[in-house]
Amino acid sequence: MENVETLIYLLLGLPLLAAANTLLLARFENLRDGQAVLLGLVTAGCAYALYTSPTAALETVTLVELAPQLTLTFTPEPLGMLFALVAGSLWPLASLYTIGYMRGAGEKNHTRFMFFYAIAIHAAMAIALSGNLLTLFVFYEVLTFSTYPLVTHKGTPEAKQAGRIYLGILVTSSVVFLLFGVISVWLLAGTLDFASGGILADRMDPAYVPLLLGLFAFGIGKAALMPLHRWLPAAMVAPTPVSALLHAVAVVKAGVFSMLKISIYIFGVDFLATTSASDWLVWVAAFSILAASIVALSKTNLKARLAYSTISQLGYIVLGAALASPLAASGAALHIATHATGKITLFFCAGAIYVAHHLSDIRDMDGLGRRMPITFSAFALGALSIIGVPPLAGAWSKLMLMGGAMQSDFLIIIFVLAVSSLLNLVYLGEIVLRGFFKSGAHSEGAMAEAPWACVVPLVVTALMSLGLFFAVDNFVLDFGGM
Amino acid sequence: MMQHLPILQVILPLLAAPFAALASRRHLAWHLTLVATAGAFAISLVLLATILRTGTPIIYDLGGWPAPIGIVYVIDSASAFVLPVVSGIGFVATLAARHLVIAEIDARDHPLFFAAWLLTLAGMLGQVTTGDAFNIFVFLEISSLSGYALVAMGAGRDRRALPAAFNYLILGTVGATFYVIGLGLLYMLTGTLNLADLSVRLAEIENLRPAYVALAFIALGLFLKMALFPLHLWLAPAYSHAPSAVTALMAATATKVSVYVLIRFLFGVFGFEFPYMTQAVGGLLLTLGLLGAFVGTFAAIVETDLKRLFAQSSIAQLGYMAIGLGIMTSAGIAASFIHLFNHALMKGALFLALGVIAAQTTHLSLHTIKGAGRQIPMTMTAILLGGLALIGVPLTAGFISKLYLIRALIDSGLWAVAALTFVSSALALVYVWKIVEHAWLTERPENAPVLTETPGQWAPAWILVLATIGFGIYAGPLVEAAFGAAQVFGPDIIQATQTIEGLHIIEGLEGQE
Repeated sequence: MENVETLIYLLLGLPLLAAANTLLLARFENLRDGQAVLLGLVTAGCAYALYTSPTAALETVTLVELAPQLTLTFTPEPLGMLFALVAGSLWPLASLYTIGYMRGAGEKNHTRFMFFYAIAIHAAMAIALSGNLLTLFVFYEVLTFSTYPLVTHKGTPEAKQAGRIYLGILVTSSVVFLLFGVISVWLLAGTLDFASGGILADRMDPAYVPLLLGLFAFGIGKAALMPLHRWLPAAMVAPTPVSALLHAVAVVKAGVFSMLKISIYIFGVDFLATTSASDWLVWVAAFSILAASIVALSKTNLKARLAYSTISQLGYIVLGAALASPLAASGAALHIATHATGKITLFFCAGAIYVAHHLSDIRDMDGLGRRMPITFSAFALGALSIIGVPPLAGAWSKLMLMGGAMQSDFLIIIFVLAVSSLLNLVYLGEIVLRGFFKSGAHSEGAMAEAPWACVVPLVVTALMSLGLFFAVDNFVLDFGGM
Repeated sequence: MMQHLPILQVILPLLAAPFAALASRRHLAWHLTLVATAGAFAISLVLLATILRTGTPIIYDLGGWPAPIGIVYVIDSASAFVLPVVSGIGFVATLAARHLVIAEIDARDHPLFFAAWLLTLAGMLGQVTTGDAFNIFVFLEISSLSGYALVAMGAGRDRRALPAAFNYLILGTVGATFYVIGLGLLYMLTGTLNLADLSVRLAEIENLRPAYVALAFIALGLFLKMALFPLHLWLAPAYSHAPSAVTALMAATATKVSVYVLIRFLFGVFGFEFPYMTQAVGGLLLTLGLLGAFVGTFAAIVETDLKRLFAQSSIAQLGYMAIGLGIMTSAGIAASFIHLFNHALMKGALFLALGVIAAQTTHLSLHTIKGAGRQIPMTMTAILLGGLALIGVPLTAGFISKLYLIRALIDSGLWAVAALTFVSSALALVYVWKIVEHAWLTERPENAPVLTETPGQWAPAWILVLATIGFGIYAGPLVEAAFGAAQVFGPDIIQATQTIEGLHIIEGLEGQE
């Protein structure tokens, strides 16, 4: 259907258009920033139209043939369309928030910032809709390089150092392991196309499947699986909208999405289950979940704590890929969406607190909730969703992951997830409790929220976490056998 | 006219050289050179198109004397692939040479400079075109001798160019001598110097011992000329002290032509079936290539002089080409051809862009380009994109090179080599990023001179940058042509599009353990 093809081109093209406009309209600040929000809304609409289109999964668009057998191809499939929807609908909110934050915090070089932000969204869309491993790899790298100027935006020595860690880990892992994996699949299967049920079954000796899976699990550094997680806390020096982009909209989500997509459409859930090739990854992911949560407890810088929380939550999604059961895969896919809305709310709140009061240490936030009631209420909602308390969206994905663990007879994983929820409650709850119930240096005075451009997005995303709980039916994907 | 193109390819720049030397009017020598190189480029494109269309080699008997008595020029899929690389880079470098030469070389020497420039090009084109082994030696010397002179012309600005040129001359002559000794042995054995004839007669010889010695001499001589580790020490000083235009021309073409001649001899004359070829020569190429890749990369990482930094990176990149040859399959040779082409584009772009800065400063180091990203954005962006291609970032030509090289390695079960190649190519990030951080993430020092750029200065570099990206996005024709070139030599032809069953890989894995 031509309609679907147009939507694919729009999803890929609109962010590029926004990037081009940003350069052209560099002198007219309001116009430059306004068009990004507007095009973001259109993108979100397109992503929704694609997600709900009944014939989307049948369409394939080949952009260019790099070389024989190597094409840049885009094929919407349910998981990819869900990720596109997540990235697409959070982008306009993030753009609006960026305007408020960058002006409020007095950051420089807005044009450069907005430009690379839009390019990163383009790369995320391309990853979401990628129809083969090569396309996924190409735009994975584009995403890495386009976010580098954002991470180092401040240009300080710490920012430079963070940029080195960021590029060093992400590029090295992707070149040394991921590309190795891609070329191995190319030789093994004779194709790189994603196909439901996977393309590797019967094409390789089961003994080597865990090895190949390892190339992907540690090649996709963006999934921040321990011990490749160092770049994510390092990147905290960047302005908060970047953290939102990294943690919720595009970067880490692209990582775990790739992991999930590869395990479902390259290996195939059944193939992984019958060969038990991913069992080791279950334990690595479980370790990552718990260890990162414990580290998060020890951090008093709000953004650092949230960063380790993300690493822990990404472990859930990798776990979902590794459990090799349809229910776990669906849970992991849903967790991409629920964690995105929850975590972006938390980061928006962290940034709002910084813009309004220049605070970043949790111990200074005693009583701040009384002066920023909207922000702290939104934070509470986001935190509850991450913890997995009904009626917030995070509850569903956690439940499904637990069900998936049961399906695969990993009962101990249910215990891991429960402990992790408890840890989430402790380290996220502390902030809410301090904000509302303790009094400190910042608790007195009139209400002082961040600029409206910051507050509106965080309210919207908090409400999205709530709404997603009730509309979850539309976002549960079926990967067979449910 | 059309049937004389193979000889015109060489004769045109060769004949233009004396006229350039005699040109007295200002810039006349440059104009003459530009016309000659443009002509040579056009001829090579016509030849390539002809070969791609017909698929049959063009054999040109020099003076009407047929082989093996006379000398033949052979345009086949392999030589037709390399000719446009040499002549194209020659043309673009000539475009840039105008402002670079004015900035760096005394006006009195311009005619002589361009004469030597044309001779180098003619020599390189001759080595590729000819089908006669001794003729290769003659052209090798033509291009080398004029090359030494070109490097020495850097002395006007940098006296260190003189010892560098002398060093280059001594080692280059040793290499050429080794080659001609090996050739003498082959002539003694077979009584012919025609390449095609040589390969036929070598197969009939019973006592192969002299042939082994010949192979060793020829390979060693060419290793020296192509700067394969550990015979690479002449390269960095020669490249870094030569005039900028010369560095760009030589870095992009000179070593590549030696790689091509090596391919001709290893696979065209001796052949895959030659005893010890796979084990000894292949193993040697893989080992030295890998060592070169790491040594060159680490040397580039610690280097602060920019020309030297990219010269060291060339050592690493030549290592990758050697690895491709060392695989001893058609796929490996094709990977080397692909990288030969792509690397010429990247290094040409990088050195031409560096030339824009070198023409304005006395010392081109990391310190010179601090904060230069804002002052000369087009030049620095060209360097950034060239650097990304060196790392092998997708959508640049470097990615295509890496993809096919690794694929050929894994396909032959060389997993460990593939893994090491990955690691060394990832390390390229370190030296490229040093430059990015200095150029963009550092403020320009207060007392630093103001750098400038004009479109005329950066345009030649950008032609090659755009080509690098173009061949990264649309590499199909390049890959096909490279596999076509490799097929000239290989009995075990592996198609670019062939699919391999999983078992094959598993066997390779087990072989590794």
